Amino acid sequence: MNEFMERKVKLKWYEPKNAYDVIIIGGGGHGLATAYYLATRHNITNVAVLERKYIGGGNSGRNTTVIRANYGIPEAVRFYQRSLDLYNTLEQETDRYMMYATKGLFWMAHTEAGLRREYARAEMNKAFGATTEYVTPKQIKEIVPQIDLSGGGAYPVLGASYHPQGATARHDRVNWALAEGANQRGVHIHQRIEVLDMLKQGERVVGVKTDQGDMYAPIVMSATGGHVTAIGKMAGLRLPIRTHPLQAYVTNHYEMDTFKSIVASTDLTFYISQTARGEMLIGAEIDPQPSFNYRADHRLLQTCSLRAMTLFPFLRKLRILRQWTGLCDMSPDYSPIMGKTDVDGFYITTGWGTWGFKAIPAGGETMAQLIATGETPELIAPFALSRFREDRTKADRGSAGTH
Amino acid sequence: MSLRIPCPHCGERPVNEFIYGEIPQVPDDITGEEARDFDFVFMRNNPQGVQHEAWFHVYGCRRWTYLHRDTVKDEVVKHDLE
Repeated sequence: MNEFMERKVKLKWYEPKNAYDVIIIGGGGHGLATAYYLATRHNITNVAVLERKYIGGGNSGRNTTVIRANYGIPEAVRFYQRSLDLYNTLEQETDRYMMYATKGLFWMAHTEAGLRREYARAEMNKAFGATTEYVTPKQIKEIVPQIDLSGGGAYPVLGASYHPQGATARHDRVNWALAEGANQRGVHIHQRIEVLDMLKQGERVVGVKTDQGDMYAPIVMSATGGHVTAIGKMAGLRLPIRTHPLQAYVTNHYEMDTFKSIVASTDLTFYISQTARGEMLIGAEIDPQPSFNYRADHRLLQTCSLRAMTLFPFLRKLRILRQWTGLCDMSPDYSPIMGKTDVDGFYITTGWGTWGFKAIPAGGETMAQLIATGETPELIAPFALSRFREDRTKADRGSAGTH
Repeated sequence: MSLRIPCPHCGERPVNEFIYGEIPQVPDDITGEEARDFDFVFMRNNPQGVQHEAWFHVYGCRRWTYLHRDTVKDEVVKHDLE
């Protein structure tokens, strides 16, 4: 925990106990949200959250904070809309300011096929509870005056789908608010405890072996990002996960309150928004090679800036300020993997690739419900690990691929 | 500096000229044809360490090359031709 966090976040630290009701591995958004909803909704507070470094220090603190529900398949739209609704009231509920800002999100169409895709997205979203509408270039220009509708000649903007509920929030504050909420109700949050192995009784997971001693619990849940394959292996579980780095960067300050939306383009594979500090935040796709390295490279700046400038020529005048990398657990079908596993006592929430931050409240809520009741909530039943064996994959690369 | 791939025909080139090709490795303890097929299609070793992989030089000689790469350091360790 750094100095800033110690001043800002009021957490009570406990000595690790020998036994808990639930052990959650990973003190990021999903782990903390599960602990939070277990404590607030189900009154289960004998819970430990184990974090190897400091809370929110992994990929929960490295994402680009986009919150949206305009996904490409019905199951995902329902799930992420639930998440959006929870985010909307989370500030009030936790009494913590998360800098939640509803900005509206455009998804540009540059070709006829793209137009059809965005039309279809809008209609499908409406049918399953999200608010997405189709907008014309003229309407886009009114809301985003900086855009070059000719797309430099090569990528003309023919239309877009508009998701008015698209938002951003401060990722650290989300983590801290959930941690505080859980902690106040008695959840133990342990930083700098590394899980070394699983304790098993026959085939069943009954606890974890850590660098600070053994801990027992009837339910162990993995909410780790980046290293989930290693955790799964300890439990005797093989996972369909490949870990890729994803990079993003911000420019220096651009005039405040002039760029109010989030703009994404599938054909140009980038998305852009303005941070509360006035920086232009630009992100793209995952790196091509699987890797656990946090190195940020020049290749992304070169290729992604070029694509971003195609739609937004004003970026030419800005300079790149900062660049960072996070690790994305990519599932084969670009949808999350949540729920029970073949190993008794071991639950999992993973495959959060590039879409983990927006799913934090709904992911936490449903996993907490699963742990408390033992029944898989309908909302996440389609995302079970067993879907690969049952040939029910939820392919959604088109809308989950970038942010 | 980004990852650079040593192509036997074109020399060392930046990674964005290549397409990554995974070489699935089904563990020996998985038996049964169906189980092995399932594992081959969906499951991943995802090792933190050295793995064997293929790269297609799409913006170059358009040929496959095979190498060992450390996924933690993100560096090529050994080329198959060495």
